[in-house]
Amino acid sequence: MISLNGKGNSVAPVFPPGVNSLVRWSIAGGVVLVLTVVGLASALYWSPLVTDVNVAKEQPVPFSHHRHVSANGIDCRYCHTTVETSSFAGIPPTETCMTCHSVILNDQEMFKPVVDSWESGKPMEWTRLNDMPDFVYFNHSIHIDKGIGCNHCHSNETAKIEDMRLTVKAQTFHMSWCLDCHKDPSQYIRPKDEVFNMDWEPGSVDAKNSYEAFGVANQEELGAKLVKDYNVEVEQLTNCSICHR
Amino acid sequence: MKWMSMKNWVLCGLVLATMTGCHPDLWNQDRYEPLESGASVFGEGESSARMLVEGTVPYQGAKLDDAYYRGRNTNGELLTALPEQMTLSRELLKRGQERYGIYCSPCHGDQGAGDGMIVQRGFVPPTNFSAPRLLESPVGYYFEVMTNGFGRMYSYASRIPVEDRWAIAAYVRVLQLSQNATPDLLTDELLNKAKNPPAPKVEAGHGAGHEADNHENKEEAKGEH
Repeated sequence: MISLNGKGNSVAPVFPPGVNSLVRWSIAGGVVLVLTVVGLASALYWSPLVTDVNVAKEQPVPFSHHRHVSANGIDCRYCHTTVETSSFAGIPPTETCMTCHSVILNDQEMFKPVVDSWESGKPMEWTRLNDMPDFVYFNHSIHIDKGIGCNHCHSNETAKIEDMRLTVKAQTFHMSWCLDCHKDPSQYIRPKDEVFNMDWEPGSVDAKNSYEAFGVANQEELGAKLVKDYNVEVEQLTNCSICHR
Repeated sequence: MKWMSMKNWVLCGLVLATMTGCHPDLWNQDRYEPLESGASVFGEGESSARMLVEGTVPYQGAKLDDAYYRGRNTNGELLTALPEQMTLSRELLKRGQERYGIYCSPCHGDQGAGDGMIVQRGFVPPTNFSAPRLLESPVGYYFEVMTNGFGRMYSYASRIPVEDRWAIAAYVRVLQLSQNATPDLLTDELLNKAKNPPAPKVEAGHGAGHEADNHENKEEAKGEH
């Protein structure tokens, strides 16, 4: 007990003795509470609720990449004609759909929005899945031109773009995700003629064929070589103004 | 001790609660992105990308060169050789092969027989490139068909740039030659190979750079023919 008057006369305690342990426990409790809140917030931040990864959105027509790419073998560029040349990857116009579907499936109810769009001249309004914030400068063509494959950004372990029955966003496109590659693109870079090969990823069978063809042992060596061959200026890639201009 | 009022606590809570899902104005700025809806300005169902007004004339790059842009000479006859802007080279044919694989093979098939996957799915079969009528057609004919469409085939003018259309037209000639070659066209080495074909290789994995093959293999594996 604290002596307040210096004469050893103690004053009645303000708090009962049990408060001491309560204070200790509430310090511990406060730490736990803060950690829980931070943990929950970060779980929410990384969850599909916020990132939209692997979440199929409602579309006017249930378009299947699986049917078109895996089953029918159509190249990405048949529909996405500007991926190699434009900053904007592009969604095909109704004309592209109708090139085949003027004959195939055109009497099906689910396909009606496309026929209506063709007849009225009003474009299809697809729900956008991969949308960079407006403060990000993003150029699609440079990534293709420097050997970053489609599946690197548009597929993940559970959802491969060529096998998607309904299309989903495959990566978070968080800044940290972008920087992972911008800091060291040699981890993922591939030969330019493998960019549209959906089976190529570091360490895969097709990648090993590339390693052999380039006379290197692994992705590390191939990456170092390609970064040099393709004039990727890695020291510039993390400059703020590369993506925020 | 009262270092923060109730009102501030509530505000603080609201800020924290909305931080993860909050998209302030910087995320969606007051400008159109390509293909964004223009409904607020142009009306319901309208795109922000506008069609050209009828009668629009380009102020530069007018496509006046009939040979290059339409595949016909000044007399209106189809070109029998590539226009002067194009040079026949191995690179051009390689480019044509690649672009043919992307845009033409779905219907015309890898060899030009008119048996591509989309035909197998029910599309009207196109004529085999080795049919007599097409063997005799000048190269300008293929360019014109790609540009304007033909029968059930839509125009590809908006999808394949002019120089690529010429590259594909040149490659169609390669396909025709490949399907109609006579032994005297072959080098001794190739002739020997043709007479004594090597035993077919049994491969475990996918070969590199054969996308189309991969897709076929994959489909067989899944049994979805």
